[in-house]
Amino acid sequence: MGRVEGKVAFITGAARGQGRSHAVRLAQEGADIIAIDICEAVPGVGYPAATEEDLAETVRQVEALDRRIIATKADVRDRAGLKAAIDTGVAELGHLDIVLGNAGICILGPWDEITPEVYQTTIDINLTGNWNLIQLTAPHLIAAGGGSIVLTSSAAGLKGLPFLTPYVTSKHGVVGLMRAFASELAEYNIRVNTVHPTGVDTPMGADPSMGEKFGEWFAAHPKLGGMMVNMLPVEVTQPVDISNAVLFLASDEARYITSLAMAVDAGNTQY
Amino acid sequence: MGRVEGKVAFITGAARGQGRSHALRLAQEGADIIAVDICAQMDSVPYAMSTPDDLAETVKQVEALDRRIVASEADVRDYGALKSALDAGVAQLGRLDIVSANAGIASFGMLEDMSEETWQEMLDVNLTGVWHAAKAAIPHLKAGGRGGSIILTSSAAGLMAYPGAGHYVSAKHGVVGLMRTLALELAPDMIRVNSLHPTQVDTPMIMNEGVYKLFRPDLEHPTKADFEPASQAMNALPIPWVEAVDISNALLFLASDEARYITGVTLPVDAGAVIK
Repeated sequence: MGRVEGKVAFITGAARGQGRSHAVRLAQEGADIIAIDICEAVPGVGYPAATEEDLAETVRQVEALDRRIIATKADVRDRAGLKAAIDTGVAELGHLDIVLGNAGICILGPWDEITPEVYQTTIDINLTGNWNLIQLTAPHLIAAGGGSIVLTSSAAGLKGLPFLTPYVTSKHGVVGLMRAFASELAEYNIRVNTVHPTGVDTPMGADPSMGEKFGEWFAAHPKLGGMMVNMLPVEVTQPVDISNAVLFLASDEARYITSLAMAVDAGNTQY
Repeated sequence: MGRVEGKVAFITGAARGQGRSHALRLAQEGADIIAVDICAQMDSVPYAMSTPDDLAETVKQVEALDRRIVASEADVRDYGALKSALDAGVAQLGRLDIVSANAGIASFGMLEDMSEETWQEMLDVNLTGVWHAAKAAIPHLKAGGRGGSIILTSSAAGLMAYPGAGHYVSAKHGVVGLMRTLALELAPDMIRVNSLHPTQVDTPMIMNEGVYKLFRPDLEHPTKADFEPASQAMNALPIPWVEAVDISNALLFLASDEARYITGVTLPVDAGAVIK
């Protein structure tokens, strides 16, 4: 008996990285999956974009576990497209129990080099995209008699980190979104929590366009370097570490846990 | 393959309630157990505390799962006795991986009227006792060289105040400071330290007239049924209290390698009590 046996999970940003890992981990424990991903480049993002081939690989990996998956190319900023993916997936799989707001982008730069476009796009995807997601999925969770929503924030949602102003701002906003919805949705037995990863070994976490510049910025501002350090002797975590926390929060083992900002950060935010 | 297969867990206050539930849940997932409990009454505590029979029942239930358990009567206030019990358990079971500092008491009173004895007994058990458990365990965790997971049982009252139990609120807030400092000091050895923050749990420490009266000062002899709506009003989720196994499931997650990079977290299992 899997830990989320018979449940259906909707996952944004599921083509690769943490999103794919969540899909596979939940499927291993018995869930069916509704997956979306933008599968295209977002202007300003320095690391390679997820592709439709990536999303197809997620489908293959979930199906190899003998679970069902419905995958659609959709953008969390596009409410009509998002709603269609949600409603179609729920109609097909019968109900909805788990919602994972995982889609996100990260564009680096010192505060005075960030453009208004980069700021707005980051807020639109990382923050407003999650508002769209909750507002559009909550009716299905209410219909199911309850559910679990887990939003992916960041260590940068609990403390400031340098050269990431739009990202830090959006990820702090995700905590506010989580707390507000946790209060309003509690009466429907819907739990809302956030996870806060430190650096994760994913395409986003290894932006090849930024390695050198990042070094230059820290060299110019040496006092800020310590902010990136993890308390545990761990340089980088794996996607499955975040998935294990998401699985716990998504499962009935956490049936009375709500409004929790759970750091999965090797102690990064404790420094 | 259990989620904590082959690990050994040290649990204080294991005779009944959450402590017994932790022992069983970890044993179900493959751990062996070192259990201690005071198994005696304390002067300031207004409900019946655990007995040697309770601890024997925990032993019976863990053994029924085909796991090993070493149980002894020890008071967390007595560091020497606690350390001896743990050292003997580790000698017998061969290792230590998980620590659940769970032993705790409840008593009640407004701070301005509280006796110094009641205050001190609370701090000795619910704060100093927690430190004693960690202090006794750290050398064993370090000696193992595999890291480890220490879980301190605080309370929703470790994150917010309630009137009528200021010594409890103070001790449980203190546990958070202890947790954060231990997390910092032990991180280089991959020893993780986190705290749990339950709302009301359906155990003997909560289900007694002392607690009922705290919540229903309007009644002379309130019952569990009278307590239920008042208890529910504290939680955001539409439930009056949680079960011991809910705390155990959170503890199991933090104890397991699934949480290998989680440290310094205050984890509420509180049905949203803290956000109200």
